[in-house]
Amino acid sequence: MTRFFAWGTFLLGCVFFALPLIGMTEFSLKMRRGEYSFDAYRRVFEDQRFWDTFSYSLILAAATIVVGVLLVVPTAYWVRLKLPQARPVIEFITLLPLVIPAIVIVFGYIRLYNTSSFLPLTGSALGTDILLTMGYTTLALPYMYRSVDTGLRTIDVATLTEAAQSLGAGWVTILARIILPNVMVAVLSGAFLTLAIVLGEFTMAALLNRPAFGPFMQLLGANRAYEPPALAVIAFAITWGCMGLMQLVTRFSKHERAKA
Amino acid sequence: MSFLTMTNLEKLFGQNRVVKDFSLSVEKGEFISLLGPSGCGKTTVLRMVAGFESPTAGGITIDGKDVTGLKANSRNIGMMFQAYALFPNMTVADNVAFGLKVKGAPRAERDARVAEMLALIGLEDLGARFPFQLSGGQQQRVALARALAPRPSVLLLDEPLSALDAKVRVSLRNQIRQIQQDLGITTIFVTHDQEEAMSISDRIVVMNGGVADQVGAPFEIYNRPRTKFVANFVGTLNTFEVEVTDPTTGRVTLAGQGLSLPNAPLAAHVGEKLSVALRPEALRLGRLPDAEALLTAKVTDVNFMGSVIRLKADLAGAAVSLDTFNRPDTPPPVVGSEVEVSLSGRDFILLQA
Ligand SMILES: Nc1ncnc2c1ncn2[C@@H]1O[C@H](COP(=O)(O)OP(=O)(O)O)[C@@H](O)[C@H]1O
Ligand SMILES: [Mg+2]
Repeated sequence: MTRFFAWGTFLLGCVFFALPLIGMTEFSLKMRRGEYSFDAYRRVFEDQRFWDTFSYSLILAAATIVVGVLLVVPTAYWVRLKLPQARPVIEFITLLPLVIPAIVIVFGYIRLYNTSSFLPLTGSALGTDILLTMGYTTLALPYMYRSVDTGLRTIDVATLTEAAQSLGAGWVTILARIILPNVMVAVLSGAFLTLAIVLGEFTMAALLNRPAFGPFMQLLGANRAYEPPALAVIAFAITWGCMGLMQLVTRFSKHERAKA
Repeated sequence: MSFLTMTNLEKLFGQNRVVKDFSLSVEKGEFISLLGPSGCGKTTVLRMVAGFESPTAGGITIDGKDVTGLKANSRNIGMMFQAYALFPNMTVADNVAFGLKVKGAPRAERDARVAEMLALIGLEDLGARFPFQLSGGQQQRVALARALAPRPSVLLLDEPLSALDAKVRVSLRNQIRQIQQDLGITTIFVTHDQEEAMSISDRIVVMNGGVADQVGAPFEIYNRPRTKFVANFVGTLNTFEVEVTDPTTGRVTLAGQGLSLPNAPLAAHVGEKLSVALRPEALRLGRLPDAEALLTAKVTDVNFMGSVIRLKADLAGAAVSLDTFNRPDTPPPVVGSEVEVSLSGRDFILLQA
């Protein structure tokens, strides 16, 4: 009886999530009257703005991942090694981006770094891109920190550090040659999450007026009928692709270790 | 001046004084063990030498140079940990090469040294393996090779054998000692296992509550322990009460038999009761011509351990342990039987509190 209810709830959940997706996908295929076609998808792919905004967002995602790794790996490492009592505080700080809306952050940025400020980042395209990268890094922080911290839990950080120190290694060598390679799987899963977040982000890019993928999706959605659901399906496919890659990386590394 | 000196080392963790006034001089090429129960500060002393902890007071010199304020990564020290601590992302060869790489040694030199080190530990063929593909004993040998590869001035080992099973533990400790003697490297070895310490050390430092109770060769520590703590921690002891009959010559009586204690004159008066101790092997089964006294004991337990037979017996009002060698032509005494036991006053140990 409990089994029946368990399965029932599970199926209900599936329907709840799947129906809108199926509906959307079905609608995106109905551009040509009376038959299913990929016309809407072709239109999207033929649109130069799709490729421009998509590659722009990819580049920014890459920059965000690099900044995030450089920021998070040494921090999480240092907290584990030297300041274990500060961990709850750091965890709370990394959770703040989930509580503070992106729009608050971006207005703060615009106020702090506008053209008449001490650091007029919004005055140039490159400056704004840097600002946007910082914003994305903040948004991805909770995910990046958590996965790296979990990765660090699987190795004996303190002893490995001391072993490397006794062999003459300094902090940069220890981080680059010992710590980072050993949490690579965690860093990769953090990176895929970051990619998914950056590709879908709208608020920051729109308010900073940069040609990112998020605002493009919004623009298309406001003006067309069939292309927006097609684009949404594409975006879903990309996100799920990221999640699949994450699973693959995790499973692959587990498999490697299991061979021992 | 000795090669490695620790002078009046002290370490406080908060209010907790973990190491108190610890001084030790180690000669070049010497193998020293720090022996003591868990929590007595052995690891803390070792970590101060390695540079992972800075002493609250006192100083450390290596080869005449004051290293007290030097960072761990510039002390040129080899370290081996209980938890192996091999770098999981690197092969065995890369682990061994790590210290040389950090020092910027050229490729050819590195490769040659790695090959030499792997040959030294007998794992020539495993250079391409990853640590998780090795047994515990193999991993610890790789850790030894990694520590030795950059030619450290001092080798520090913190209970490196504790995680291994008994057979591997004995063979690896002999291998460590062999390599240490071949290379002539100054070594400090931390252990809580007295047999381990005695079997491979030149000298042993018995630690108790953050201080060095006694420093000496294994023979000295075992046969002439200076404190009750050392005597009890190292080996088994039988304690007796004897009555002083002549303090100047060291004469005492035990169960009516006269004995001469070794440390005459005694700081005691006639008729005073003294507490003395005797190792299990100093009580000898049978009637020995050179023994001072002969007593009868009642066997209460027989423990056949192979080459050694350990008996428990009641002797002169005390429950004692008595070790004797196995002899193929003589079966051990049975429980409940009376046996003759020979003993001599010169084997007694007088203990300070
Ligand atoms: N980093 C530290 N902070 C606080 N106390 C410590 C620290 N390291 C060791 N201690 C304490 O110091 C004492 C001695 O520890 P240790 O040197 O590891 O002993 P041993 O190696 O002889 O077992 C123990 O009581 C331990 O709890
Ligand atoms: Mg210890």
